Amino acid sequence: MEMNRDDEGAKLGMWIFIFTEILLFGGLFLVYAVMRNRYSDEFHQAAHQLNAFIGTVNTVVLLLSSATVAMSITAVRKGEKRKGVLFILITLLCAGVFLINKYFEWGHKLSIGLYPGSEMMVGLKHGYILFFSLYFFMTGLHVLHLIAGSIILTIIMVRIQIGSINAGNNVLLENGGLYWHLVDLIWIFLFPLLYLIT
Amino acid sequence: MAETITHSYLENTGRYKGILAWLTSTDHKRIGLMYMYAMMVFFIVGVLLGELMRLELFRPGQQFYSAQTYNGIFTIHGIIMIFTVVIPGLAAVFGNFCMPLLIGARDVAFPRLNLFSWYLYILGAAIALSSQFLGNGPPDTGWTFYAPYSIQTHTNVVAAVFGAFVLGFSSILTGLNFIVTIHRLRAAGMTFFRMPLFPWSLYATAWIQVLATPIVGITLLMVIAERWLRIGFFDPSLGGDPILYQHLFWIYSHPAVYIMILPAMGVITEIIPTFAQRRVFGYKAIALSSLAIALVGYFVWAHHMYTSGMSITARWVFSLLTFLVAVPSAIKVFNWVTTMYKGSISVKPPFLFALGFIFLFMIGGLTGLSLGSLATDIHVHDTSYVVAHFHYIIFGGVGFAFFAALHYWYPKMYGRMYNFRRANIAFGFLFVGFNLLYFPQFVIGIMGMPRRYFDYLPQFTLGHQLSTIGGFILLIGIIIMLVNLFSKKGVKAPDNPWGGKTLEWTIPSPPPVENFDELPVITGEPYYFE
Amino acid sequence: MTHTESHITDYRVYGWVLLALLVLTTITITVTWIDLSALTVLVALIIASVKSFIVLRYFMHLKFESRLFTVFFVMVLGIYLLVIVLTFFDYLLR
Ligand code: HEM
Ligand SMILES: [Cu+2]
Repeated sequence: MEMNRDDEGAKLGMWIFIFTEILLFGGLFLVYAVMRNRYSDEFHQAAHQLNAFIGTVNTVVLLLSSATVAMSITAVRKGEKRKGVLFILITLLCAGVFLINKYFEWGHKLSIGLYPGSEMMVGLKHGYILFFSLYFFMTGLHVLHLIAGSIILTIIMVRIQIGSINAGNNVLLENGGLYWHLVDLIWIFLFPLLYLIT
Repeated sequence: MAETITHSYLENTGRYKGILAWLTSTDHKRIGLMYMYAMMVFFIVGVLLGELMRLELFRPGQQFYSAQTYNGIFTIHGIIMIFTVVIPGLAAVFGNFCMPLLIGARDVAFPRLNLFSWYLYILGAAIALSSQFLGNGPPDTGWTFYAPYSIQTHTNVVAAVFGAFVLGFSSILTGLNFIVTIHRLRAAGMTFFRMPLFPWSLYATAWIQVLATPIVGITLLMVIAERWLRIGFFDPSLGGDPILYQHLFWIYSHPAVYIMILPAMGVITEIIPTFAQRRVFGYKAIALSSLAIALVGYFVWAHHMYTSGMSITARWVFSLLTFLVAVPSAIKVFNWVTTMYKGSISVKPPFLFALGFIFLFMIGGLTGLSLGSLATDIHVHDTSYVVAHFHYIIFGGVGFAFFAALHYWYPKMYGRMYNFRRANIAFGFLFVGFNLLYFPQFVIGIMGMPRRYFDYLPQFTLGHQLSTIGGFILLIGIIIMLVNLFSKKGVKAPDNPWGGKTLEWTIPSPPPVENFDELPVITGEPYYFE
Repeated sequence: MTHTESHITDYRVYGWVLLALLVLTTITITVTWIDLSALTVLVALIIASVKSFIVLRYFMHLKFESRLFTVFFVMVLGIYLLVIVLTFFDYLLR
């Protein structure tokens, strides 16, 4: 069956998918808003437990990775294949740094017994429980998206290399990039709302 | 390609034979039928579960099984009917089958994604049904999974909830596909205001699917996390708020009502002008009211929560908003009726079902007003008045519209006609049975019969007995209808058996694989009867 | 279906955008050292929104896409914000 390529349609589809993702997190932000409103003091105190330094590093890393994805689109469109691959590689490296940081961040919390369902956590004040639950749930879901995004970008990188994504046909790269920016976009809100409310 | 165009989509010409040829097909028409077959199976199971409840309720006291079994049955009845039958509903079946035909396209925008949605649908349904057989017994929360009970009960809530999550994902992908299809693949010259009204309603529906479903998705994940990890969002003993669950749930589930009913209104809007041989009255009003319903429908969810203990202000605000959403619905009803006025009406089965729809939907809608109004709702909340109301809307409305659409497009789908007389008889049984089944429940509801109860006081006996009798008359109607349609082949159908004016009637019945030999060019409005 | 020539953004534009985002990040962090009490959330949200706006407009190319995408985005945002407002009709007024 002969299929006409429709880049505009593909992008529209991707944007709609992004809307669903935004609203998926939107549900969580609503819970956050309600709980923060109810327990604002305890949220402030609990946030001291988070490592704002790691949070900042991860913010910078994600912003950088977003920029490089965007640049790789420029590169591919200009026909600079090597650069295109390289930019995505940098993005993936950033994702790696983010994950390593997350590993240490979460690892530390787990080691002191601070995780949902732990005895210690259930014994805390209500506001604390909810803060940490939200923290784990939101950053957890975000990390899942980051991992999914990394897998997508890896595929895209290979396809740039073998040339099936090229100057004339790169909507896949563009859509993959959109997804990656979404991951960044969510972090832009998570970071101040979780780490910076002390 | 020129060669495949001559083959009907029902013939297998590809690599695979038999059922595999269907399971691997990305043809929107086949996917539509695949949805339909799966849905019919679920629907029949759901109906039988409903009858099982009606039997138990025939007399006060315990008849056949325990109260806990009753709890399990109404829960799975609700889950099956809502998540696997009416939410995919007309959009998945007739949207898939007809929408590309109606807008003059060869397929949807993303055919493979479309097939993937179907598999997700089957997967989700399988997971939801597995809740009956795995774990600690069937869930007993009702299809609404209200916290905190849903996080406390030992029954297998997780499977049901996760199944609903997957089904939601399927629904999102269908919606996404339809929006892009309608934006990108309309035939040349078909502006938005030259598009038939069924695609219009699907367009509005698709936006709700895309924008509301993620909220319930995340909410259901939270319920699972509550059960496994005690995150405490909805658990008051950990500081959470059970009412927050209700908000999140209804932020989706009220708009979901419009996911069900909008496509139903859409097919009725196709059927009425065809059988009245008159152009639709108020085309633009109908088209735009679909969008208005979709939009306003987003902001009325808390009318399900008047008695939950939310703030007084919120109660009257939501009551007010609820009345607003009644306006566009009423516009549609008036326009249907006006379309018929002075038309040359031929009462064929699809039209009969469409009339049935209007009647039942109006009863459902008018009783809905008394539920949307704060003061009266408090009296009848959680009584069988509510059960009657929503069955009038989703069964009398969506269900009858589904039957209408089936009788309307059946000749196009299969290239065969069916027996009109038997279809009319089936309609008679369905209509009478339906009203006998649900109308008494309005009455006993007002008298105080609570919902989701397996036992009742003696004064409700008459109502329940009428209701059960009605249930079985209805069942007979369903059987006659299905036997009539699917038991033996009727005579060959012409391309345009009803004298319809939309594009699907310009191509052979059944349509060829890629629908149109040459894509049509549109020069005028869709319903140009004169 | 037409395949329109796609817009090519200069690398330098992305460089500047990244710089702007980093500056805004620094600002968010520094304002937390000042005690603004009730205003903290508001300030944080405003800065985050500005950052998002930049990301959407440049990295996600809304500036160069058909207007339709922007219209849809604004609509989605509007619906979401209204849902939050309506929910708080309950929580703030109980
Ligand atoms: C022959 C057809 C049907 C019969 C006899 C039937 C009967 C019933 C009964 C007895 C209940 C329980 C009421 C209670 O105890 O409070 C119920 C609940 C329900 N039914 Fe049906 N029903 C039928 C068809 C449908 C259809 C077609 C739908 C939707 C498309 C549907 C959706 C529901 C829902 C959502 C509930 C609520 C479940 C809950 O409370 O969690 N039913 N039905
Ligand atoms: Cu509602």
